Amino acid sequence: MQQITKAMKMVSAAKLRRAQEHALGSRPYANMMTRVLANVARAAAALDDVPDLPLLEVREEKNIQLILVSSDTGLAGAFNSNLFRMTQKFVEEHAGASLEIEAIGRKGRDHFRRRGYKLSGEHVGIVDKPKYENAREIADKMIERYRKREVDAVYLAVNEFKTTMSSSLVLRKVLPVELPEEKKEEQQIDYIYEQSPEGLLRVLLPRYVELAIYRAMLESISAYHAARMTAMDSASKNAGEVIQDLTLNLNRVRQANITREIIEIVSGAAALA
Amino acid sequence: MADTFQLEIATPEQLLVDEQVASAELPGKDGYFGVLAGHAPLLSALGAGVLSFEGGSGGRQVLAVDGGFVEVFENHVRVLADSAEYARQINGDAARRELEEANQKLKTAHETEESEAALRQAERAQARLDALARA
Repeated sequence: MQQITKAMKMVSAAKLRRAQEHALGSRPYANMMTRVLANVARAAAALDDVPDLPLLEVREEKNIQLILVSSDTGLAGAFNSNLFRMTQKFVEEHAGASLEIEAIGRKGRDHFRRRGYKLSGEHVGIVDKPKYENAREIADKMIERYRKREVDAVYLAVNEFKTTMSSSLVLRKVLPVELPEEKKEEQQIDYIYEQSPEGLLRVLLPRYVELAIYRAMLESISAYHAARMTAMDSASKNAGEVIQDLTLNLNRVRQANITREIIEIVSGAAALA
Repeated sequence: MADTFQLEIATPEQLLVDEQVASAELPGKDGYFGVLAGHAPLLSALGAGVLSFEGGSGGRQVLAVDGGFVEVFENHVRVLADSAEYARQINGDAARRELEEANQKLKTAHETEESEAALRQAERAQARLDALARA
């Protein structure tokens, strides 16, 4: 028993390391993207006629799309249930709007389908090894729905990895894109633009959405394996205590048997004498 | 002024290149352009094509890249590519087959969207073949 939970902890530790390597690999791209986007956005805002881009358009939120990143499997303590509780709260706060869930991960899909929520799509079997293609597919779908005005806002609910011991629940808006603010001390860079800022934004914004979803998937799987490690660690400890209790019990019973047999032999011998 | 600059090539999945190089040639969306040390700040979208650079630790290197952006700033060239692979990792036969397939699709495509997708696929395959040829 203890060996199983210990082995599961080891597996999660190895997977966590791999997931973190992936997360680290995508960081340079993400940092550059945020900076470039902020710069281009400012350049675009400085134009005489501010470009009218559908992905920036803020509408009244009547139809909300929520992307929920959970896990496919359980055994990770409160990883999923905390996420579901936060989602539930979000739903209650937006009771006036109609809401659809795009479920990434089996647990989230099952949980909210059972409770009669409307699912716009489900993605099972992709969270364990997040691929950029998957994120792009989902992002394309979201962008398409947003453009067609089927939804007015897209939110993302996810467990973000902090340390092995803790993760934080995050709910953030993905669409309409809120342009990153650049720090004040950084000055506007005077780029030569090969294409118009507007043209660049048209290509940049969908990438930004793709990246947000991809990063969320990476964060989620890291947090999942971290939570699982902790869960398995305490399971190992519990199993250890149970084993100790059982061993004590076993020894007691065995000793009782031996004592009884000795008494029997002794009293048998006494009877013969 | 230094005669080298820092070249970084990143895809969403990994940082592929991060080293000091002497020169680079990039497939801009509106045509190829070269970068040397001390280049003025520049932002451009990238098309599908061949990216090559020289003067790094590994000598001349050739990559096939597909889409994305490049930022030139303070002697840093940062390439954000949708995908990028070294020429030596490219399978020529697979790329040729893909080009063939894309050309077929292009002939039979009826809607604009279909032919655009096929055209993109053809450009990608062509970029990989070009990279192989120029490696």
